[in-house]
Amino acid sequence: MSSTAIEALQPEEKAENAGFALWLHQIQAILKLEVKKNLWSLRSILIYLLAFLPVVICLLIALTVFLTSAAGDPGWREEFAQVMAKTFTFIYNGLILRTVVFFGCAWIFMNLFRGEVVDRSLHYYFLCPVRREVLVVGKYLSGLIASTIIFSLATIGSLFFLYLAGYPSSINYLVQGVGLRHAGIYVGITILACVGYGSFFLLVGLLFRNPILPALALFGWEWINYLLPPLLKKISVIHYLHSLNPVPMDEGPFAVLAEPTPAWLAIPGLLLLTIVVLALACWKIRLAEISYSGE
Amino acid sequence: MAETDDNLIIFDNVSKFYGEILGVNRVNLKISAGITSLVGPNGSGKTTLMNLMTGLLQPTRGKISVLGISPYNPEQLFRRLGYCSQFDSFPRGVTGRELIRSFLTVHSYSKTEAKELTHKALERVGLLDAADRKVAGYSKGMRQKARLAQSIAHNPRVLVLDEPLNGLDPMARAEVIGLFRSLASEGLHLIISSHILHEVDMMSDNVILVSNGYVIAEGNVRGVREEIEERPAEIVIRCQYPTALASKVFTMDSVVEARLHKDQKGLFVKTKDADKFYLMFNKLVIENDWGIESVAPADDDLNAVYQYLIGTEGEGR
Repeated sequence: MSSTAIEALQPEEKAENAGFALWLHQIQAILKLEVKKNLWSLRSILIYLLAFLPVVICLLIALTVFLTSAAGDPGWREEFAQVMAKTFTFIYNGLILRTVVFFGCAWIFMNLFRGEVVDRSLHYYFLCPVRREVLVVGKYLSGLIASTIIFSLATIGSLFFLYLAGYPSSINYLVQGVGLRHAGIYVGITILACVGYGSFFLLVGLLFRNPILPALALFGWEWINYLLPPLLKKISVIHYLHSLNPVPMDEGPFAVLAEPTPAWLAIPGLLLLTIVVLALACWKIRLAEISYSGE
Repeated sequence: MAETDDNLIIFDNVSKFYGEILGVNRVNLKISAGITSLVGPNGSGKTTLMNLMTGLLQPTRGKISVLGISPYNPEQLFRRLGYCSQFDSFPRGVTGRELIRSFLTVHSYSKTEAKELTHKALERVGLLDAADRKVAGYSKGMRQKARLAQSIAHNPRVLVLDEPLNGLDPMARAEVIGLFRSLASEGLHLIISSHILHEVDMMSDNVILVSNGYVIAEGNVRGVREEIEERPAEIVIRCQYPTALASKVFTMDSVVEARLHKDQKGLFVKTKDADKFYLMFNKLVIENDWGIESVAPADDDLNAVYQYLIGTEGEGR
């Protein structure tokens, strides 16, 4: 049934007849409210500060390199692209992916429901003729849109500023060929990280009154992932993102495994994990009661 | 209309426990169209019953059906039901108009429909003038009106109202009671909770008395009214000129006692006929242009009246 056809129905008929098209319409309405809230509320200031951090660090690195004699050394300039690619991989994996995107998603997605309970405004949605599962999907997508915009820009911004040190040749490298491909892959990994972490943190926000400790536990779990046996590795987001890295590292927690999960398996694996976690969130929200006392 | 299950709100042996604490226990009710009041002191289980009816809480035991729909089917339930809750919080940064319009958009009304319905709802509760101001800046009474407008905006068949007159001044109370009567005459189910018996007396067709989580009596309000009329209502007024007000109030036949507050900023009144008193009082305030800070029934005494009713019921067993 088309969206126009739904609008023509009587309100009571809408629920009985519209089905999937009605849910889409409701998700759109939820997105309209929630994306604005996620991007422009007071709570989002913290996210912007966090996202700004790697951009500033990359800018400082670029300035330092630019101002040192190394930048003028023709031999060094030849290796510039390689050095910066490795440097960015290090910054991306250590700071952007595992810290900024991780805690940013924690803040955005945990607040989708937890924040409403703290603000005592969750009943606003619970009193609408919306299936609670539709509410979960709508809120999750709103968080995904907000986090994707913010952290993709942070990824691109960091990469751009880091390569600014070798201006102008480095910028040419970045906007064409391998550099551009790498930038696209990093943004893709960032989006996938938002997809995966977002679902986990949405569930955490529904399950726990104080979600800080579970978030820290998850943070630890992601960091020790490279030490875990193969089966346990699969129950983490970083496992699937790891092998997508365009610039492999040789050792340490960022080192790509000897037999990395291929992209064609890693991406569906992560999406499957996300669907399972969101299904758990839907089950939890169906049982949820409004009880603001003690919050 | 025949009283089938599709026209009734049914509680079938419903109990709700919060851990080991009793919310309500073994509630059996069949509520038909018209105004039904849930009456009981604070903490008696009125809000629990309302939250159960609207699916915000899930019963520990028993079944609930609202016009044949389970409260756990929000998609259908909230097209037919509006709930004016006591939760005094709103999404951040919204105006009164945005609050209702976005609520209707989530209902899946089109932009034009939502705009029209929002206007009508705001007009019905008398909040049009303040519609474009942020809800955060509203007075308590205005927030109450905003919640009320939100609950009636989609033209529901069942309206659940938790202490809907709280925070409203006497004029607004009279208007809102008029609105409830008009909605009931359109065939709606109105379930109104109150711990103020005088209000219940003014507007209800039926009354359900709740105490300590149990429904202890239900039925026609006339019987309850007769009990109430034997006891004077007590009212507390905070105002700028309590002495002048007291001198006028003393001349009213229905007033049996009027006492100034110790801080000389208010007045305590006992009246045999609260309806008549409120009418005369409104007239006095308008004629003399007195600034009135608040008018409220004295809770303690109303709880005492309630206890009196419970006592009577208990003795009759």
